[in-house]
Amino acid sequence: MKKYGKFAALIVVVVGTLGWLAATGMNETKTYYKTISELGQMGDQAYGKRLRVGGDVESGSIQHTGGRVQFVLVQDKMKLTVAYTGTDPLPDTFRDGAQALADGKLGSDGVFRAKQIQAKCASKYEAKPGQLAPGQSAPNINTGKSSI
Amino acid sequence: MENLGSLAILLAFCVALYAVVASVIGGIRRKPFLVVSGQRAVYSVWVLITLASSILVYALMTGDFRFAYVAEHSNRSMPILYKFAAWWGGQEGSLLFWSWLLSTYAAVVAFTNRRKHRDMMPYVVAVLATVQTFFLLLNNFIANPFQMLATDKLIVAVPDGNGLSPLLQYPAMAIHPPMLYLGYVGFAVPFAFAIGSLITRQPGDGWIHTTRRWTLVTWLFQGTGIMLGAAWAYHVLGWGGYWGWDPVENASLLPWLSGTAFLHSVMMQEKKGMMKVWNIVLISSTFFLCILGTFMTRSGFVESVHAFARSDIGKYFVTFLALGIAATVYLILDRLDYLKSESQLESVVSRESSFLFNNLILLASCFAVLWGTLFPTISEAFGSRIALDADWYNRLMVPIGLFLLFLTGVGPLFAWRKTSLESLRKNFQWPGIAALVLVGALLAAGMRHFYALISFGFCLFVALTVIMEFYRGARSIAAKNDMNLVRATVELTYRNTRRYGGYLVHMGIVLIFIGVTGHAFNLNEVKELNKGDSLRIGAYNLKMVDLQQGENENYQWHRATMQVTKNGESLGTLEPEKRFYKASKQGTSEVGVRSRLNEDLYLNFGGMSDDNQRAVIQAYVLPLVAWIWIGGLVLIGGTLVCLVPSKIKMQYARTEVVGLIKKHATVQN
Repeated sequence: MKKYGKFAALIVVVVGTLGWLAATGMNETKTYYKTISELGQMGDQAYGKRLRVGGDVESGSIQHTGGRVQFVLVQDKMKLTVAYTGTDPLPDTFRDGAQALADGKLGSDGVFRAKQIQAKCASKYEAKPGQLAPGQSAPNINTGKSSI
Repeated sequence: MENLGSLAILLAFCVALYAVVASVIGGIRRKPFLVVSGQRAVYSVWVLITLASSILVYALMTGDFRFAYVAEHSNRSMPILYKFAAWWGGQEGSLLFWSWLLSTYAAVVAFTNRRKHRDMMPYVVAVLATVQTFFLLLNNFIANPFQMLATDKLIVAVPDGNGLSPLLQYPAMAIHPPMLYLGYVGFAVPFAFAIGSLITRQPGDGWIHTTRRWTLVTWLFQGTGIMLGAAWAYHVLGWGGYWGWDPVENASLLPWLSGTAFLHSVMMQEKKGMMKVWNIVLISSTFFLCILGTFMTRSGFVESVHAFARSDIGKYFVTFLALGIAATVYLILDRLDYLKSESQLESVVSRESSFLFNNLILLASCFAVLWGTLFPTISEAFGSRIALDADWYNRLMVPIGLFLLFLTGVGPLFAWRKTSLESLRKNFQWPGIAALVLVGALLAAGMRHFYALISFGFCLFVALTVIMEFYRGARSIAAKNDMNLVRATVELTYRNTRRYGGYLVHMGIVLIFIGVTGHAFNLNEVKELNKGDSLRIGAYNLKMVDLQQGENENYQWHRATMQVTKNGESLGTLEPEKRFYKASKQGTSEVGVRSRLNEDLYLNFGGMSDDNQRAVIQAYVLPLVAWIWIGGLVLIGGTLVCLVPSKIKMQYARTEVVGLIKKHATVQN
């Protein structure tokens, strides 16, 4: 049974290492999905955590100032001012009325600093954009920056 | 016409259901006429779905905008190719396409095996027809492609349709979904054979021999589909990447990973009679992952920027998956005694052991990807919804990938049972030394990226072991038959296509790893440019010599002409372009890429600046990316070689365990 011991030890090492990588990775990269109203209720806990907030871009709220982009997200009449701090240009789909997901942290001044913006837009006949086939990559992400 | 289409899929549903019942009863009661009628029902289903599909495609081609599906996914100005591709461009159509592919596969299986496996075939047909029935259920009652647009009680046509999403109007994209689907659907066939073999308690591994080519072809389609998807993302999305760990990408990767594990572990069963349970588990998992993948992309179950319509289609998939998995698990547990292993593991440094770890690692990666993909949904059930981003996947998958790469190198050269020190030295001494020298040289040259160093080291190591294998074999053939080395290599490969094709596939994987490793050295730069301004990135100097705009009937466009110079030498121009499609109100990027073996220069037109005066140009230098596509082609070539029958019929010589044969013998007496 000694050889099975060796196998077991090796398997434990491999699986253990991967589990450890996965667990530490999760702590460091996890992002909470929050609605704007949940964000309000979180109080002080909201600061410093990585968050992902969704909503509609309020028409006319997109402001470009000195290369910086600022806009207002609306969801169920709750509003959140978002400042985009990322380096990549905003996605093609980002404009007035589009549904957007902002990924970043809430600043102490109440402005959400987003490192990434994902946006999708409604099309002519459907409330939601057309479905894609499996395997198709995210068409609306122009901000994805890390891949292998 | 729409009525004929609806009728056809409804009939197909009934006939498929009949095929299940007839085959099962025919199988149990051993009534040949029922079995044959079950097989004919499979052909009829194919005819009916083909008819329904033709009607839908005809409507798409002619722009019959009374069809809701046509209005959503086609328009008048679209090129004919994309009108056809709209068949699989949306929910209803793609599910019909799924059904059609499955019926085609099932018909081919029924036809080619009509005189073989008499006791197993009824169940194979029954399993395939069950899956078919499920998809036809969706086609008929959940996502009917023949839905008409109507106001009150009148069927109306809209003047023009939405058109296929412009992001999909790209040649690779038109063939990418069919490739993936051929993969997704194809795994149903080996699964059906595995189940058929379990039900009828087949001795041996007949199902594996019968489906080896199926599995390989299916795996090839799946892999090609994934590569095309990556190529599309690279050329269309304008973000300088090719893989983003999006749930939908993950969904296509999962069955590929478990399928890869399956292709390896069946060798253990063929050669040593081991891992029988495991193989059944693997092929079943692969099949259910295919269904899960289809489900995830169809139901809005997993949050994805792919933005699928949330629909109640999900609960049908969940039910089907739950029932299917439960039935499979029951069947395996019930038949465990037929799946006894014939030999045991002997040494950690052996071929068996390398297969074991190969499987462990592939399954671990599969599980990791699944976990990451489902985590938002799982965590939501326990409170707050939490996402894991690409960074998490990279942390986990990079070490997994490197370990797998290492196994790719050593595994095939370990001997069965136990590897002697002598053979280790013979096989690995020079590749090992060369890899260490390479890593040393790269370190000396100032490369400090830990994973990249390891990756390049392993890549060289694996490549050398593969080349040595070819060289040794070819040299001995050349000496014996008085041939030159090139002809001897061809001869060698032809004698054992399976082995040397496999080596070629490994070589393809190495090249892909080289390309992916280049990611560690990416450069990127963004700048707003006026005509005449320039931008520096790496050794390149980019000068914008022209900025134009215009429009045609499909889209409006902005285009920059960039003059590229490297170290003072002019390299011509690149023209990144931004388009805005009018029908779908969606923008797309036409990137300008200068692709070379050492690096790609990749320019994207990010948009116009706020004052609409300057163009925002994103520039990337992406080292070694081209090797990913080259590796993909080598991988495809290697798989094709595997599919060629070997010149010398090489049945795997089986090592039988004497004791077990005796036991079988007593059972038979």
